[in-house]
Formats: sequence, C-alpha cells, structure tokens
Amino acid sequence: MKKLAIVIPAYNEEHAIAEVVDAIHRLGNIGDVAIIPVVVNDCSADRTAEIARSLDCVLLDLPCNLGIGGAVQTGFIYAFENGCDYAMQMDGDGQHPATEVPQFVRTMCSDNAPDVLIGSRYIQRSGFQSSWLRRTGIRYLGFIIRLFTGLRISDCTSGFRMLNRKALQVVAEYYPDEYPEPESILMYKNAGLSIAEISVEMKERAGGKSSIRDFATVYYMVKVSLAIVFTYFNKQIKTDYHG
Amino acid sequence: MDSFSMRIQIISIVISLILLIYSARLIIRGKLRAEYAIFWVALTLLLVLFSFWRDGLQFFSDLLGVYEAPNLVFMVAIGGVFLYLLHFSIVISKLKDDNRKLSRDLALLRERLEKLEKGNDEKSPGSAAPSRSPEGVGLPG
Repeated sequence: MKKLAIVIPAYNEEHAIAEVVDAIHRLGNIGDVAIIPVVVNDCSADRTAEIARSLDCVLLDLPCNLGIGGAVQTGFIYAFENGCDYAMQMDGDGQHPATEVPQFVRTMCSDNAPDVLIGSRYIQRSGFQSSWLRRTGIRYLGFIIRLFTGLRISDCTSGFRMLNRKALQVVAEYYPDEYPEPESILMYKNAGLSIAEISVEMKERAGGKSSIRDFATVYYMVKVSLAIVFTYFNKQIKTDYHG
Repeated sequence: MDSFSMRIQIISIVISLILLIYSARLIIRGKLRAEYAIFWVALTLLLVLFSFWRDGLQFFSDLLGVYEAPNLVFMVAIGGVFLYLLHFSIVISKLKDDNRKLSRDLALLRERLEKLEKGNDEKSPGSAAPSRSPEGVGLPG
C-alpha cells in the first residue's frame, strides 16, 4: 500500500476546510494508494484549527504565520518524514476539486511518471479560468520560465500539484515563502526533476482570499520575475562551484 | 563669531556625552547585544572626539580634498547609515528564516506529541482525559 499525503494549507478557511477534508475522504483509496489529509493551519485568526482538530485528518498547527510557502513546506516535510510515497498540494478554499485527484494518482503511478505533476486550467480551458489580468500575468510568467528552462508550462501559478519522494526531498531542503509556485518550477528543474502538466478543472474559491490580491499584482510580478532570475543564477553558481 | 562656535561646541559635547552614557547604560543592562554595542560605543566616542577636537574635521576634509567640511560629515553619515541598513536587512532575513524553521519544526513536533499522547491514553484506560502534563509523555503503559 502506497501513501499519498494531501497537504491543505489553510489560512482563515473556517467555512471551507471541513468540506475540503470530507471531499478527500469520499475518494477512499485510489488503487493501492491510501490518502492522508494533512491540514496545515497557518496561524489563522478564526476557528480553522478548532474545526480541523475535530475532523479526521492530520493537523499541523503553525505558531507563527509563515505564508503559503512555509505552510506547504511544513506539510511536505511531514509527508517526507512519515514515509509517504507522494504528496499533493490542495488549496483550503475549495478551489481545487478532490474529484481531480484520481487522475493525478493514475498519472503518477504509471510508467514514465514525472517527478512533479502540475494541474493546469489552460490545457482544456474548461472550468474557472480566472480574470483576464491574471491570465495575462500567468502567460507572462510562463514565458519567463520558458526562457530560463525551455519548459512549456501553461499554468505556472497553479498550486494543484503532486510530487513524488524525490521531489519531496528537494522541497524539504528549501521552498520559497511568498508566491512559491512559479519559482519552485525552476527549483525542480535545477534539481534535475522531470515536470509534466495535466489538465484539470478548478472552481472559484468558496471562502478565504487569494494569496495574490489585485493591488499586489505588480509587486507579485516583479518579485516572482526576480526570484526566477535569481534561482536560475543560483544554479549556475552551484554548478560552477562543484566543477 | 567665536562665542557662537563656542556655544555649538558645548552643545555637541553635551549631546555626544549623553549618547555615550545612554549607550553604556543599555549595554550594562544587557539590552544591546555585544556586536551592536561595539558600533554604538565607537560612534559615540567618535562624536565626543570631534566635538572636543574642533580642527579635526577641517583636518580630515583637507586630507580628503573635500571643500566644505560639513559635506564630509554628511557623506560619511549617509554612507554609514546605508551600510548599517543593509546589515539590518541581512540580520532580519536570517531571523525570519530561523523563525520559519522553528515554527515549522514546532508544528511537526506538536503533531507527534499529540499522536504519542493519544497512543498512551489508549494503552492506559485509567487516565481518561488527554493529559498535557509532562508526566503524561514518554512513559508508555
């Protein structure tokens, strides 16, 4: 029996969290893969922790607010230390439907499975597509990533991802704090991991706020672009150093 | 003219001595870490030195080819402040990083502890409520 930890970073998600965990339980086992929901409470001000404690899930209760990256990394480290074969990230606001999980699992259990599988809204273009401004931003970041890695990623800001143990080991070492999704693609590439995309449908969030608010979009673009460039050169330095 | 410069000299001596005493007090009471204490003591001593040694500023300006002596003060002060701010950014980045590691490990350990406590309670039905006291931990059965 293999184990898959579904990491749910939750910041003030008291209205959505129970439904997200229930939806995961409704999946049961997928093939020979057992699913463990792991809620990471990122120091919420509301009753997220209390609700999560009453649910049938692992609760990691952070004493300080670390941001989405820190919360996700905590969950991934839990998965790695507890011998999980795979870990998935699923947002706590109901944006990522649990019904898409089985196709992630099937792909990751197939022959020539990638190390990192990213769920993309923009392959089939069905389901919630986000605003025009965000789509433009995502296309721009995808362009930068292609420039530095040669990879074509259609939805580089998607947090709906599945990692195998090899990838978990990389994430346990380092994971960005803020807006980790695009930057982490470079990290995976630098570590020599294989990355693939899979078509998924997403929903509009049921509660909570996006970690990317509209007024912060410019900051987000600049920060992530810089992070991608720095991560790229960081790799150059490391390879130079090791000869 | 002379009484003017006399007055400003007295004022600067008093201010730099107050600063020196204040930073010494902070250090003695342990409110400043040693690495910052060195910086502040050196800075205040420098201030005291130049408020006594009136020609000192002119001397260094001539030495470095600065026309107006006060410009040297501004240049050195602004340069120093920028460097120190950069230093603080580095310190804060490291603190934040350490903080993140600590929070992360605390959350993971808490989860393990709760799991252990739950396991203990199941083994010994005598203790009904989940005990959070240190005695409840680490003693199976």
